[in-house]
Amino acid sequence: MNDRLGEQTIALRAAREFTDGSVVNLGYGMPGLCANLIPGDKTVFFQSENGMLGYGSLATDEEKDYELINASDQPVTPLPGMCFFDSAAAFDMIRGGHIDIVVLGAYQVSEKGDLANWGRPGRPATGMGGGMDLAVGAKKIIVTMLHTTKDGVPRIVSECTYPLTARHCVSLIITDLAVMEITENGLLLKELAPGWTVPEVQALTGAKLTPAEDLKEIEL
Amino acid sequence: MSNNIVCHDGKLTSNGLRCKINPVGQNRFIGSTVTANKIFNSCNEAVADIFDGATIMVGGFGSYGGLPINLIVALSGQGAKDLTIIANMGGVGHELSHRIKPGGYQDSGILFENGQVSKFIGSVPALGGMPPTSPLEILFNEGKVEIETVPQGTLAERLRCGAGGLGGFYTPVGIGTTVEEGKEKKVIDGREYILELPLTADFALIKAHKADAFGNLVYRQTARCFNPVMAMAAKVTIVEVDELVPAGQLDPEVIVTPHIYVNRIVEVPQ
Repeated sequence: MNDRLGEQTIALRAAREFTDGSVVNLGYGMPGLCANLIPGDKTVFFQSENGMLGYGSLATDEEKDYELINASDQPVTPLPGMCFFDSAAAFDMIRGGHIDIVVLGAYQVSEKGDLANWGRPGRPATGMGGGMDLAVGAKKIIVTMLHTTKDGVPRIVSECTYPLTARHCVSLIITDLAVMEITENGLLLKELAPGWTVPEVQALTGAKLTPAEDLKEIEL
Repeated sequence: MSNNIVCHDGKLTSNGLRCKINPVGQNRFIGSTVTANKIFNSCNEAVADIFDGATIMVGGFGSYGGLPINLIVALSGQGAKDLTIIANMGGVGHELSHRIKPGGYQDSGILFENGQVSKFIGSVPALGGMPPTSPLEILFNEGKVEIETVPQGTLAERLRCGAGGLGGFYTPVGIGTTVEEGKEKKVIDGREYILELPLTADFALIKAHKADAFGNLVYRQTARCFNPVMAMAAKVTIVEVDELVPAGQLDPEVIVTPHIYVNRIVEVPQ
């Protein structure tokens, strides 16, 4: 069996999607790692729904200030030109279409781009946080996730069975096995993790994958 | 600074400020010539009249930054019951809080542990990334507390409607999900929206960095979050601050919460 990509690698692949000058919101968990993975020649403005625009990398232990946190409760570092605002203003930015890219985690994504990322069986008290607002408001939704559950059950499916965050919102899925684009014709398989084949990845996917003409190994 | 507010010795102005007539030439905004009756000596005194069945907004985002921890602890000691808590997160409880901040901290979890809460309204009752052992999640699973889960941006906007005297708003957030169930839907310019209603409360417990004696507030970094909008949406807003300064000491250009929204101030130096 070939290796699966690690979280850092998945986050690094996601960060490659950030264009110079873009406004990016990072969701809970793995997406937060993207803050540390911005190339030096690029300016990216990270927005956080707890009321911050333009923060830097995740803070080291020495740098930690618990009144400078991202929406995942992780202390971050300040950058020149950053600013703060309240939660209502933060969500004006989000719903109003002022966020270029959001990177979110997911329990399931459907071939139509439906996203389920907040509720799962046995945990009825968990909530969606800002996920629904981000999924509806951001211009582009990238999902970073593990391709299957620990037991090998596909997380990329024809129809989501977990509670939905929003319909038809995801445009790109980056997993530990592949990069897939959501198109009108379903899932376009664009990149594969090193050593993996189309049939191997298809077997772990709950929806049909259409290999792209220029299908390639993931580049970082 | 202008001198155009008319005060009479010992009488309460519309702002709830008890003022004395100043000697000629003395600026009445600075120093002891203005005595604001908003200033409380302790968190316990500031929350003393919170009653059973009250609806209470708890500021902050969820974890340590911006959370009115000392007011929450005071309320847990005060013991009011059958409360409705409106907050972004349900709190992780003291045990799990060590995973967020070394040494841990108290949050709304202590109110749930005490059995003081009958209903929670917020966007993250429990964190999916934590074990299911937060006080609210345990009580919910035992059927002892009701939860109304609200998308975070919808929560912020419902508070702003409550603060601003609006009857509600239409949002596209929640369409096609469980959030739309039972709500009025409307198509505006070809897009589907759902009607969300305002939120108000009897009390708001909030945290700010500095207050002046009038109750003008400034915040620190991401500790701002839900605090300003909750301050505006409650009948009685109680703030704990790192530092209390005389009126006139905060730059009017950077005040975030104007003093009319603040009823009680407790200084809790860090």
